[in-house]
Amino acid sequence: MLKSLLHNRLSGLLLLAIVIFVLPVFFNNPFHYDMATQIAIYATTVVGLNLLVGFAGQISLGHAGFFGVGAYFSAIMTGVYGWPPVITLLLGAVLVGFLAFVVGRPILRLKGYYLSMATLALGFIIAIIINNEGWLTGGPDGMPVPSLSVFGWELSTFSSYSFLGMTISGSLAWYWLAGVLLLLGVWLAQNLIDSPIGRALRSVHGSEVAASVVGVDTARFKNLVFVISAVYASLMGSLYAHFQGFITPDIAGFMESIILVTMVVLGGMGSTIGVILGAVLLTLLPQLLADFHEYEMMMFGLILMLTMIFMPKGLLPTTQRFIRSRLSKKKGEQA
Amino acid sequence: MFAEFLQYLFTGITIGATYALIALGFTLIYNASHVINFAQGEFLMIGGMATVSLIGLGFPLPVAMLGAILLAAVMGIALQRFAIAPAKQADPVTLIIITIGASIFIRGIAQLVWGRGYHSMPNFSGNEPVNIGGAVVSTQTFWVLGVAAVLVAALVLFFTRTMIGKAILATSMNKVAARLVGIRTEMVLMLAFLLSAVLGSIAGIIVAPITFTSYDIGIILGLKGFVAASLGGLGSGMGAIVGGLLLGVVEAMTAGYISSDYKDAVAFGMIILVLFFMPRGLMGARVVERV
Repeated sequence: MLKSLLHNRLSGLLLLAIVIFVLPVFFNNPFHYDMATQIAIYATTVVGLNLLVGFAGQISLGHAGFFGVGAYFSAIMTGVYGWPPVITLLLGAVLVGFLAFVVGRPILRLKGYYLSMATLALGFIIAIIINNEGWLTGGPDGMPVPSLSVFGWELSTFSSYSFLGMTISGSLAWYWLAGVLLLLGVWLAQNLIDSPIGRALRSVHGSEVAASVVGVDTARFKNLVFVISAVYASLMGSLYAHFQGFITPDIAGFMESIILVTMVVLGGMGSTIGVILGAVLLTLLPQLLADFHEYEMMMFGLILMLTMIFMPKGLLPTTQRFIRSRLSKKKGEQA
Repeated sequence: MFAEFLQYLFTGITIGATYALIALGFTLIYNASHVINFAQGEFLMIGGMATVSLIGLGFPLPVAMLGAILLAAVMGIALQRFAIAPAKQADPVTLIIITIGASIFIRGIAQLVWGRGYHSMPNFSGNEPVNIGGAVVSTQTFWVLGVAAVLVAALVLFFTRTMIGKAILATSMNKVAARLVGIRTEMVLMLAFLLSAVLGSIAGIIVAPITFTSYDIGIILGLKGFVAASLGGLGSGMGAIVGGLLLGVVEAMTAGYISSDYKDAVAFGMIILVLFFMPRGLMGARVVERV
């Protein structure tokens, strides 16, 4: 039972749906919902990033740049020019997808540390532009973002709505939206992984030369997954901007890119449920460490270092292996 | 006109020499262990900050510098021993996160000990700048260039003339073969981190009077060193020096003639462009991948 749950992909999705559905039972104030929404947004972002890092084996140290472009595109177009949010969000994703497509080809020819250097540089350039073009982006001080609205119906964490006779708060509504999008993101990612594209990507991860020898167009597939992961980041960036109502250039910065990659590696590269766990932990950690005040930074670095040293494969794969070895041991004893 | 150009050139070469030293630190560790040490910038921070605080305690400058270098050296060894060595089989991306974790940890401690403020360090010799062809050059510039040149020469001698240096080179070329001829490769790894830390801390000390120093300067300096090392080609000592100087000069020229807000963007744009055409940097070795 436990074993089949660990193996079957669909059951992972089901498990996640149950968790998202049941979790509100334990929430008793809007802050909990807001944290959960933020986690879901980051989790969806890293589910996309995991396709690139975990499955295709390509490191990106600049992914927050795409997240930032999505967020600022939405903020500027809806706030300054009055575009409708949902259409802007989709257009932003198309823009970012195109950007990733154009820079992806030459950048993804690079390998290993050179690839991390180039993606890091790309992210940095985006963050610098956002920081410097203050007339448009508000510069380092950040800028306000209008709330998400469809046909004049506004979704704000400050208001409440009646739905099928029930009154639900804006925070709860946002939580459901982010939760459903997370499920959708996971479902799409898992379908992609099990498709021929996914197999091609895993062959690239295994050995790029071997993959191209057996006829996989490695450049095309790498570029495709780069675009897909960038689109995930852009959509979530836009959503994050509307949810927070205020954004600063930090969301596109180097540290943010590192945090995104760390979510993937900490949770477990290549494990969709694992990276969601990574997003949960890394979003909650600063909240938990805030009580340590001046020790916060030191503790954060220490925890990061220790988990990666002792669980280099990530939390979920390490735990899974532990459970599996326990199960087989038990079986051995029974026999 | 020419004086202006000369001014930017001096600024560029000075900061470029610092980048070159950081890049050499990256190269040393990369060659010995194929790890990119994202905590490299923290060695510079420790160098500058510890010197400033030791001077504050009343120690004379040379003693303070020696103390700071020693501290960084201990940190370098500790980093290898307790963070890199236990994670031997980890993926490159995992190693990147471990060294970033280490750099955040070191920064966190520095912030506890020294606070968040900026600290200044006096010039090594006199505050009266020198006039060269109309450009005003601080005396510290000569210290930076001189010390960097001496360090590079010392490194060359070390790697070509000493047994230990040759052992490090051998390990970087082929670890198994090195072990077969009796080289203790664990010692070599530790030595590479030690040397890298010493280089970094000296760079941090000599540049501190020009740039000021604070607990968080390590991030950006470390990244610039990584840019310089990739620009020249990872693993190439000459590449690190060329990459560092080129990066410094391009930055200074951009800041002078175009926009100081975009000097970092131009530096990062340059590395992307170079890698487009030369995927292994300017002087990186061509490697055939085995399947």
